[in-house]
Amino acid sequence: MKLLLSTAPQASASLPAPSGGRTARGLVQAALLSRAAKPLLFIACLLPLAWLVYGAFANQLGANPAEALIRRLGDWTLRGLMIALAITPLRELSGLAALARFRRMLGLFTFSYASLHLLAYGWLDMGLDFGDIGRDIAKRPFILMGFTAWLLLLPLAATSFNRAIRLLGAKRWQALHKAVYAISVIALMHFIWMRAGKHNFAEPAVYGVILAALLGWRVYRRLRGKKPRLG
Amino acid sequence: LPGARSAVAGAFVMDRPTSYADATSYNNFYEFGTDKADPTEHAHTLKTRPWTVSIEGECGRPGRFDIEALLKLAPMEERLYRLRCVEGWSMVIPWTGYSLAELLKQAQPTSKAKYVEFTSLADRSQMPGVRSGVLDWPYVEGLRIDEAMHPLAMLVFGMYGEMLPNQNGAPLRLALPWKYGFKSAKSIVKIRFVEKEPMSSWTKAAQQEYGFYSNVNPSVPHPRWSQAAERRIGEDGLFSKKRPTLMFNGYEAQVGQLYAGMDLKRFY
Repeated sequence: MKLLLSTAPQASASLPAPSGGRTARGLVQAALLSRAAKPLLFIACLLPLAWLVYGAFANQLGANPAEALIRRLGDWTLRGLMIALAITPLRELSGLAALARFRRMLGLFTFSYASLHLLAYGWLDMGLDFGDIGRDIAKRPFILMGFTAWLLLLPLAATSFNRAIRLLGAKRWQALHKAVYAISVIALMHFIWMRAGKHNFAEPAVYGVILAALLGWRVYRRLRGKKPRLG
Repeated sequence: LPGARSAVAGAFVMDRPTSYADATSYNNFYEFGTDKADPTEHAHTLKTRPWTVSIEGECGRPGRFDIEALLKLAPMEERLYRLRCVEGWSMVIPWTGYSLAELLKQAQPTSKAKYVEFTSLADRSQMPGVRSGVLDWPYVEGLRIDEAMHPLAMLVFGMYGEMLPNQNGAPLRLALPWKYGFKSAKSIVKIRFVEKEPMSSWTKAAQQEYGFYSNVNPSVPHPRWSQAAERRIGEDGLFSKKRPTLMFNGYEAQVGQLYAGMDLKRFY
């Protein structure tokens, strides 16, 4: 985090500010850097969970609350992944370097929702029967996909604190955390596969387009970044 | 829609009926959308009068039946059936109607009538889901003739003592309690006697996952989930273990002989 913060002011200062846009961006940047920003984001990230817990107690989750809980926790995991992956492109396109402050919290919340999704499946769907869960993971590709994505998130969550960055070294740490690209693709495949039997690809397609844009932007930038050297 | 208590063996299960609210708000009726809440939200656009059902194919008396005539074709019976969805949940629903055989016999199927094919309405102007490519519309389902003639195979016009709500397949649908729910075609407009096994819509969409028979069978898992257990809607608590699914959904005594000697893993 230190690493990212230290680059923040320079990055924003070095960007050319169009007339008129400067103050607006300055204000947003100031808001993002304010002391209230992180607690507010923390609360915002808790809202979906709070809504689901309320819904479960108030009987607002429809006729099959267990299914609703499992699916919506999965939905929020996917959304969390997309939002976390959107930070870097947004930061670079908008020049709002302070956005980087929120990446870790978003990532950890995504991991939390993924863990709750897994817990809800294991508990509400499988009755915490670990033998059944193990067989289910081994037998069903879409469950295996989801479980793999969660397993791959573990080391990222475990190395999310500052000391881990120092211990690993920034380069290695960054390389490790690039696994999130693969994880998001696996998570999306888990969702597509889940819907495949019912031929219902409308929602996965929306996530697919967003993810393609988020990852495509990185590929594009990389290719463009290399071009001058090649030329 | 009043109906006398059915005398058909197995027509009344001992289970507690699902609440009307759950049975009419949690539906799979893809003609109105793929979300379970879509049918209750969108099905009000379905016009159920006038309505005719055409009877075609290998039978001596093909023709068109008006819904009013179908309502009077046989005495209305009330039956309490379990409904097991292929997705792993179940309900218990009091249906009103009569045995499908009552209608089929009137058409005098010929010896070539080995199967019966059911076609549901697919009208874009009334059914928003038909615009999507989720399934190859119209929805088609099929039964072997002996399955269709079984007294438990029911032609349904009402539930909970009322006319069928649109989202539950008005004005007439099937209820086949020993098969997964999707076999029970809704909003039927055509019944056709055929010689060859009909290709049902779900089989066409995913042959590995939805077979022609689709009998409830806890020992034959769906490729993506187990079918050994189910969650009873409105009854099983959030943290209670799912209840075991019964062979033929508990109707083995009544329908088991239809499948004597068949390899049910192969004919899933």
